[in-house]
Amino acid sequence: MKVLVCISQVPDTVTKIVLKDNNTAVEENGVTYIINPYDEWYALVRALELKESGIVEAVHVIMVGRANTEATIRKALAIGGDEAIRIDADSNDCYQIASYIADYAKAEGYGLVLCGKESIDYANGAVGPMLAELLDTDFIGFATNIAVDGNTATVKREIDGGEETDSANLPLVISCQKGVAEARIPNMRGIMTARTKPLKTVTPSAVDAVTKVSRYEMPPAKAGVKLIAPDQMDELVNLLHSEAKVI
Amino acid sequence: MSVIVLIEHTEGTIKKKSLEAVQYAAGIANKLGTSATAVATGTITEDELKSLGQYGANKVLHVADDRLNDLHARAVTRVLVAAAKQENSPVIVTLHDVNGRTIAPRVAVQLKAGLISGALSLPDTGNNFETKKSAFSGKAFAYVTAPTEVKVIMLAPNTFPLQKGEGNATVEPFNVSFEDKDFGIKVQSVDKVTGEVPLADAELVVSGGRGMKGPENWGLIENLAHELGAATACSRPVADSHWRPHHEHVGQTGGTIRPNLYIAAGISGAIQHLAGVSGSKTIVVINKDPEAPFFKAANYGVVGDVMEVLPRLTEAVKKFKAEHH
Repeated sequence: MKVLVCISQVPDTVTKIVLKDNNTAVEENGVTYIINPYDEWYALVRALELKESGIVEAVHVIMVGRANTEATIRKALAIGGDEAIRIDADSNDCYQIASYIADYAKAEGYGLVLCGKESIDYANGAVGPMLAELLDTDFIGFATNIAVDGNTATVKREIDGGEETDSANLPLVISCQKGVAEARIPNMRGIMTARTKPLKTVTPSAVDAVTKVSRYEMPPAKAGVKLIAPDQMDELVNLLHSEAKVI
Repeated sequence: MSVIVLIEHTEGTIKKKSLEAVQYAAGIANKLGTSATAVATGTITEDELKSLGQYGANKVLHVADDRLNDLHARAVTRVLVAAAKQENSPVIVTLHDVNGRTIAPRVAVQLKAGLISGALSLPDTGNNFETKKSAFSGKAFAYVTAPTEVKVIMLAPNTFPLQKGEGNATVEPFNVSFEDKDFGIKVQSVDKVTGEVPLADAELVVSGGRGMKGPENWGLIENLAHELGAATACSRPVADSHWRPHHEHVGQTGGTIRPNLYIAAGISGAIQHLAGVSGSKTIVVINKDPEAPFFKAANYGVVGDVMEVLPRLTEAVKKFKAEHH
């Protein structure tokens, strides 16, 4: 069985966001890009663990991005992916991204498609379930544990106010979060071999985006912290009641 | 024409965040000059469904199939798509939570609808439904438009305060035929956190970090949370050290929460932690280090030892409650 891991490239968490072009775009100069942490730390590493335990034959990594995203996709190969596919397009629209990936994945017959629970830029988390709909498979979201036995996956996942254990037949799309695997750092051997691993570029067929970010806005500046003396907790409670109106 | 909204309930009691979603859908319906129709699945009484009228629903379509007490995503997708077609809906609303986020994207694909997630504002209906949402872990807001004929919007819980009105919704049975594949996922076991407030939807959260020194001191967090009726949470090092279960971890790699009140005790406020809690309306930081970066993001700060401050704060809450009840 082959596993497909969907990754995306996002600004590093510590990046300062600067707006440009009358607040219609984010300044890209000075931004460090990383693999979306949920995709890298959990989805990719769990796929590699399944390969190491002999359940999976190959781990393919797929990303929608232009040529300048290849360093990011090579990192996924350095961590252990066997092969990478870059869909040569630029998109922020979940439907467009899911359609591109589904078009490619359909012909390849993946047993399992893994992705992060969301990307840390727009936090939509919609590519996974859209992909499942387009591939006509089940989707299990917010997984904290994934086991595969034959044609069945057993998945522990977050539900409202607790956890649930589900089972479903493959092929299956799963979105991953903390608990599924422990993050790995690429070693020197991985970095060296990543250079020679296949990285295929695919031109997608035309799919229209159905959403667009029209503009951005910075959050209002914080008014500054109001300090309360540690022995004046009655005052804090009163402020939370009368001023903040939260209790 | 009617705006459709999906209802979630716990054993027949409608969740508060679903009432928020109904109110939100009614707000959109009002802007469009139409009505709001709630869609409910599974075992729930007619009286409970009628009460959705108090939050703006005119009608409820009820699929009384007990297989749907668990929100099987493909089956519920089928229900929402059928309801949207019957009602000629321009907008379908779900919550931006674990259920909504599993169902809404499937609905959007089937209806060829633009999907707007984590909505923080009513859409600007005259401007391609431009809707505000959080981006880059709370460091900016993005305004998303959807030029499609039908839109699917996932509302971020705890965004609008509830306003209860008068009125009853009419309840109509709604029949949908399912296929075996709609129930392809088999639920093996459910482990609900009982007796505690679920963290993801909590309005008040008390959270502890490394400054709590060890799991033996967590009673101080729990006592305050108990008095406030709050959920408890923790920072990443705390979960990684197994002082607290992983589902309590909030931050970039844990959960994202947007409570009305977030009390952080002994948490320095690394940017990764802020990413998970910056949507909180009011932040209280208790830390003995006056240079802790979290104070910059806080509304109220207490520079002091959490071991001393937490018991005092718990007592103050007790006293406040006694005076106000």
